[in-house]
Amino acid sequence: MILDGKSPTGPIEQTWDRHRFDMKLVNPANKRKYKILVVGTGLAGASAAASLGELGYNVEAFCYQDSPRRAHSIAAQGGINAAKNYPNDGDSIRRLFYDTVKGGDFRAREADVWRLAQVSNDIIDQCVAQGVPFARDYAGYLDNRSFGGAQVSRTFYARGQTGQQLLLGAYSALMAQVKAGTVKIFPRTEVMDIVLVNGEAKGVTLRDLITGKYRTHVGDAVILCSGGYANVYDLSTMARGASVSANWAAYKKGAYFANPCYTQIHPTCIPQSGDYQSKLTLMSESLRNDGRCWVPRNHGDNRPPNDIPEEDRDYYLERKYPSFGNLAPRDIASRAAKEQCDDGRGVGPGGRGVYLDFRDAINRLGEDTIRERYGNLFEMYELITAENGYKVPMRIYPAPHYAMGGLWVDYNCMSNLPGLFVLGEANFSVHGANRLGASALMQGLADGYFIIPYTIANYLAQTKPGMLKADAPECQASLQEVEARVNKLLSINGKRTVAELHREIGSLMWNNAGMARSEESLKEAIEKIPAIREEFWQNVRIPGAGAELNQQLENAGRVADFLEFGELLCRDALHRRESCGGHFRVEYQTEDGEALRDDENFCYSAAWGFKGVDNEPELHKEPLKFENVELAVRSYK
Amino acid sequence: MSGQNEHRTMTLKLIVWRQKGPKEAGRFETYVARGITEHHSFLEMLDVVNQDLIKEGQEPITFDHDCREGICGTCSQVINGQPHGGQTRTTVCQLHMRKFKDGDAIYIEPWRARAFPILRDLVVDRSALDRIIQAGGYTSVRTGAAPDGNSILISKEAADYAMDAAECIGCGACVAACPNGAAMLFTGAKVSQLAALPQGQVEARERVNSMIEAMQECGFGNCTNHYECQAACPKGIDVKFIARLNREYLKALMF
Ligand SMILES: Cc1cc2nc3c(=O)[nH]c(=O)nc-3n(C[C@H](O)[C@H](O)[C@H](O)COP(=O)(O)OP(=O)(O)OC[C@H]3O[C@@H](n4cnc5c(N)ncnc54)[C@H](O)[C@@H]3O)c2cc1C
Ligand code: FES
Repeated sequence: MILDGKSPTGPIEQTWDRHRFDMKLVNPANKRKYKILVVGTGLAGASAAASLGELGYNVEAFCYQDSPRRAHSIAAQGGINAAKNYPNDGDSIRRLFYDTVKGGDFRAREADVWRLAQVSNDIIDQCVAQGVPFARDYAGYLDNRSFGGAQVSRTFYARGQTGQQLLLGAYSALMAQVKAGTVKIFPRTEVMDIVLVNGEAKGVTLRDLITGKYRTHVGDAVILCSGGYANVYDLSTMARGASVSANWAAYKKGAYFANPCYTQIHPTCIPQSGDYQSKLTLMSESLRNDGRCWVPRNHGDNRPPNDIPEEDRDYYLERKYPSFGNLAPRDIASRAAKEQCDDGRGVGPGGRGVYLDFRDAINRLGEDTIRERYGNLFEMYELITAENGYKVPMRIYPAPHYAMGGLWVDYNCMSNLPGLFVLGEANFSVHGANRLGASALMQGLADGYFIIPYTIANYLAQTKPGMLKADAPECQASLQEVEARVNKLLSINGKRTVAELHREIGSLMWNNAGMARSEESLKEAIEKIPAIREEFWQNVRIPGAGAELNQQLENAGRVADFLEFGELLCRDALHRRESCGGHFRVEYQTEDGEALRDDENFCYSAAWGFKGVDNEPELHKEPLKFENVELAVRSYK
Repeated sequence: MSGQNEHRTMTLKLIVWRQKGPKEAGRFETYVARGITEHHSFLEMLDVVNQDLIKEGQEPITFDHDCREGICGTCSQVINGQPHGGQTRTTVCQLHMRKFKDGDAIYIEPWRARAFPILRDLVVDRSALDRIIQAGGYTSVRTGAAPDGNSILISKEAADYAMDAAECIGCGACVAACPNGAAMLFTGAKVSQLAALPQGQVEARERVNSMIEAMQECGFGNCTNHYECQAACPKGIDVKFIARLNREYLKALMF
């Protein structure tokens, strides 16, 4: 089927304003009759729930952590983009739009990206008014830094904790609405199913993680803000509890999953040190403002890094991409690091690492300036590795980090299921095949503060409130389904632990569908995943009971979903016979190893429809048109 | 550089608080952690122990964690009597086993405070901290109503001061460390952050009153200047913010 993203037409500068005017409104007195269920309290969820509560809707917000403030947005370090052009270095809404479309390797919808760039400035203003302590210069003005994939300085930051500060801003707005009585929060709950009435999303079924009891919450619309799926690789920069489960439940109820193969592998993470490891820690991309990436020029050069003289170092990013240098975009920087290590010039245990060296910056600016800019990152590096990054170059290696793919949504952020909206990392919309640094925070807050308040009204204005009652058969069926699945998990009582099986699918995904993919590796994965899934459902061991706080059971549900989702990711990667952004098929590359797109055959978003766990999914296509940015080879040389 | 000790492993004795539910009695149980290297984080060491427990058919130790990179504030354990284990500016998830020696005995307990009831093993209910923020830890700006970010200048000094306070991750170690179970550092950090910024000043008086009231209603104790909170804080939040809280409170009472 050919999907329609419902992009408004006409001059792109006017699309959002015109669309806003064309959409229907809900009368202020009627707003409180509508209940909106928001799954997730990260940047997207907290900003959406708070803004909708403020408008007078009745809102319920869910998260699996013990407080909304702990959503994984908290971990974002580097910064958030906006087209303010405060530094007067040539930025504009059009340039941010252009950079994002190009950075995404021409695989996103133009109108959505334009809107993102347009509202970016409002986000900064909103956050400042909330008391977010962005970095300031000595004259009291907001400060900016540079991020990969851009030649202007448009990134706003709060030390190395930008995500934390933005989330605490959104969380405080949310708490204000809790006090005002418009929003109710339900922490320590896991949403496990979406309830549909005549094909429209009207409820969620969840498990209370403390009591283990199941409940259905009914409403008039559901907004999924449940984050990304990079934990399908097991080891990633995500929180341990992050999962694809809420999205997957929606997919199984008929929502389309778009571009799952677009995964971002972040170039600067602390390398893995052993197989007991539970997560990979990101070192913010902002470090590449001042750090230089290099490996020894010669094979077998085992000297300590500080003993390797300048002429024996290969600053490979500066060599390969002279105009962007160390600020080359993530997909490109990650592949370049892998290339050096595959060539046998990697450093550290197993040769899986490259240096990120601050020596020159420290000589130029002094250690204090570097400490002021990145102090907490150096501290974190030392805690984990016991090495001092000011004295010895850091060792870094790429790691799974972000999901560009997600549930398919139209221009209104609504999935193909009416009433089901998807925001933030959980949707597929604006980043195409590769996300630029500092753009996810921008997207989450754009979606939640400035887009959903308008677009959801357009839907609600055309529905009657209270269509689903708590005792409806749809709710009963959903409760039974969820409970049956948990009981089945608990009854297996096999020999393998959940963590072992997560590791197994994770390393298969990393090796076969990670930074480089081939027809062969993907076919192998598609063959092996069902076997791991089978092993899981035959032989997993989950101690304890259902009606209690049971972390193994929580993890088991998440891993069970990854064991299905991983296969879809591989199928999508196999079907896309081109390389673009984070999706690199070794068969499709230029002579010098760059991604080779095929615009003739693949200039579309792939949205997959569920047809049963063991059946092939159905492919729907949304063709992409580029009328404002010329489809060109993406070059950073 | 590290590396030389890579193959040496440690065996440790863990004495862990186990409690099945909020109303049940708890007790210490002893476990052995084997094959631990200096590169394991403390939580990865517990993962290893839990894998063994599951395989032996026993119930694993329940503990809170999520980001495992020291920022979400979820992890919360008292190790050998010290919240987060006592290493300066470090959460449990960032504590590494190189701080321990082969053969060490390690006591592991949950946060203990009147306002934080135990839910299971090492997991406590910290929703009281959310309730303090609900009482006034915000500026009441409506979405879309904000002026340009540069229209009100903020001195670098004030921005940095606000950021020092805003670094709080809300883990509750300050409460667990305090002999009175007070939440003064937590509350003081939020009040000071907003009081230092022009955007927070309009509501300053109401904010400090209602946050202090909420703190008392939630069952947190009073501050008697022990300063254990600052020592335990994984973000190094300074007790000067408690002094600021008291000043703001006095100001609110007087004017
Ligand atoms: C280490 C790190 C650093 C980053 N740095 C940057 C940066 O500098 N700049 C930038 O722009 N981006 C950065 N990113 C990306 C960015 O932080 C995320 O993409 C973004 O914050 C996601 O926000 P979100 O609201 O979509 O999801 P999240 O913040 O992940 O929130 C997901 C929410 O959904 C809830 N949830 C999930 N599943 C369920 C369920 N089944 N039931 C109930 N609740 C559920 C969770 O509890 C949580 O509240 C970084 C990401 C990481 C991991
Ligand atoms: S798990 Fe997030 S701070 Fe420790």
